[in-house]
Amino acid sequence: MESTFSALQKERSSHTGRKLKGAEVILEILKAEKVHTVFGYPGGAVIPIYDALYDYKDDLQHILVRHEQGAIHAAQGFSRSSKNIGVAIATSGPGATNLVTGLADAMIDSTPVVCITGQVYASLLGSDAFQEVDVINVTAPVTKWNCQVTDAEDIPKVLAKAFYIARSGRPGPVLVDITKNAQLQEIDFQGYEICNSIRSYHPKPRIKTEYIEQAALLINTAKRPFLLFGQGVIIGQAEEELKELIEKTGIPAASTALGLGAISTEHPLYVGMLGMHGHYAPNKLTNDCDVIIAVGMRFDDRVTGKLDQYAKQAKVVHLDIDLAEIDKNVKADVPVLGNCKETLPLLTQILDENSHDEWLNQFKELRNEENEEVVKKELNPTTEELTMGEVLKYLNQLTDGEYIICTDVGQHQMISCRYAEFKTSKRNVTSGGLGTMGFGLPAAVGAKMANPDKHVICIAGDGGFQMNIQELGTIAQFGIGVKMIILNNSFLGMVRQWQELFHDKRYSFVDITSPDFSAVAEAYGIKGKQVKERAFLKSSLEEMLNTDGAYLLEIKVGKENNVFPMVPQGCSVSEIRLK
Amino acid sequence: MNKQEYTISVFTENQVGLLTKIAMVFSRRGINIESLNVSPTEIEGISRFTIVVEVSQETVRKVSRQIQKLVEVIKVYYNTNDEIVWQELALFKIETNVVSEKFYVERILRQYGATIVSVRNDYTVFTIVGHHEEIDRFLEILEPHGLIEFIRSGRVAVIKSNEGFHKKLSALEKMAYQ
Repeated sequence: MESTFSALQKERSSHTGRKLKGAEVILEILKAEKVHTVFGYPGGAVIPIYDALYDYKDDLQHILVRHEQGAIHAAQGFSRSSKNIGVAIATSGPGATNLVTGLADAMIDSTPVVCITGQVYASLLGSDAFQEVDVINVTAPVTKWNCQVTDAEDIPKVLAKAFYIARSGRPGPVLVDITKNAQLQEIDFQGYEICNSIRSYHPKPRIKTEYIEQAALLINTAKRPFLLFGQGVIIGQAEEELKELIEKTGIPAASTALGLGAISTEHPLYVGMLGMHGHYAPNKLTNDCDVIIAVGMRFDDRVTGKLDQYAKQAKVVHLDIDLAEIDKNVKADVPVLGNCKETLPLLTQILDENSHDEWLNQFKELRNEENEEVVKKELNPTTEELTMGEVLKYLNQLTDGEYIICTDVGQHQMISCRYAEFKTSKRNVTSGGLGTMGFGLPAAVGAKMANPDKHVICIAGDGGFQMNIQELGTIAQFGIGVKMIILNNSFLGMVRQWQELFHDKRYSFVDITSPDFSAVAEAYGIKGKQVKERAFLKSSLEEMLNTDGAYLLEIKVGKENNVFPMVPQGCSVSEIRLK
Repeated sequence: MNKQEYTISVFTENQVGLLTKIAMVFSRRGINIESLNVSPTEIEGISRFTIVVEVSQETVRKVSRQIQKLVEVIKVYYNTNDEIVWQELALFKIETNVVSEKFYVERILRQYGATIVSVRNDYTVFTIVGHHEEIDRFLEILEPHGLIEFIRSGRVAVIKSNEGFHKKLSALEKMAYQ
């Protein structure tokens, strides 16, 4: 019966001009937008969508998460690790509010996500009906755009706008809230038109050549130019264009945490990661350069440190697609608005071929200093305790850097960003701007769904992993081959580090007990293991990578190891500490 | 940087919920809105928000760029007072016997160009139009003479140098469809 009905349904939905329920229209649109995977959780206000999904099983894979926060982080992981867009479905009220953290995370990290939430019947709106929340106002500050639909006739045009807005310009999360009556209402579906323009919305700013020329003049005459790149390069798919620019001009380039991989970490002109726990040289020399070329990055306070002491000596050329980012934190002497995929080649074309060997050597010298003081100890420790860095060292060796890592938030995240080798972009999925603990595991679920043939490794701390540990159930149910590494230091490590350094070691509520993680994994039917000794570390990682399907490896690391270098909060970037 | 009064003119699609989104841009940054008016424009389906704030030039520029980012916002302008022509409207409810019996009240009303809107046995409603300070002054003078109720509108303003929004809109539409 089921297959017959499904076949009938397919026949019906492939014809436009037939009566379809609003819920079916939603799924037709998802198909038309080339969505093949959705993450969600059913509930009363989305039952019509789930009823329709029953007939669309062959076209749309639905992953039942264990919490709506898991759904949106999975959708984010899906988007961030692929060229496709992540979609999450949640019911009204608590289902919708559980998306808020992920929306805020996606908003600040410019991640395209489309969320569809159910809403009570339109006739009940504003009456405090069961599971009713004013989701439009609740999510307004954390969405690029949101809209409520109360009439099924509006579903096609609103969803078309939603996908267009989420993907275009500076991407971001959108939310479409659809009342239950609209999901049930039958309409004459006349086909679906993809949206390509909106009168009030101009995602691609007009490029002004005079600014490109001014930028070139500054860069050509600079003695110590320094290029900073962020996720804008990855979003704009401008990795090659950026490489061409630095190779022609010989300008040293550093990445933000979200820009990692846009240029291979092995590239001779790549000088490391910026920011509070970034590399020594790029932070220190920010206050020595004469021209900063910022590409697709937003001068986050974790990157700039104390703003009034940030690169005061330098002229700033800022390339960004978002006008609101220009002069927001750091004043730009030359603003180059536009998609860097287009602006970078225009700039490269008129830049002189150059080299800055002496300047680049300054970075290398400081890099050597950092290697001696920090990196060697982290990667080749002489202490009995395992370090987080050596885990990354072996991962790099065992995978040849061919992996996607989805990190949670904390010390392990900074260690991963510092020591992971990225040859290409879209390999580092991490919560940057919002710093969302609990992000890593569900994001890895999404990344693995988007990249079934790649190693997807979730690296989490013992604290963050417990924030969305229930997603082990999702991994088990759908056989998602995510590898999970928990770097367990029995502390909320980053807070503990701050308490140690800035609050006289007053460790207030940062020691956290954890379950036997591998036993928890095994309870879900997922293979797991714990490792405490260095002798077994590499072989355990090997076993994890060679095991088919999901695997959880808990690694006990030093309790009070710190992440260095560090720019203490409120300090200038050049005051970065090596210990 | 010195604070001064800025009038922000926001042209938007006529969309439910946009008022909240625009207001949030200010509230998130702790900026108090001195005056707010929303009205239709000469173009069907396009609304105009006139928002008065007292902030620095840097802040008004940043806030305007954030408002411009909202999907339904077509165009944002910000102007100082010397760049706009603006008015506010106020209604005053005064006891009718005061107006009819006290000749100096009548003189004040005349002097400020107050117009009668409604007359009843117990009270009369007058209106005046002017700058904020003019209405303030009128209120101050009238208050001791049986003022029952007073209300004023937000600022409405047109930009002196602007040719109107028609031309700008057609240019923007071309950009959107490029």
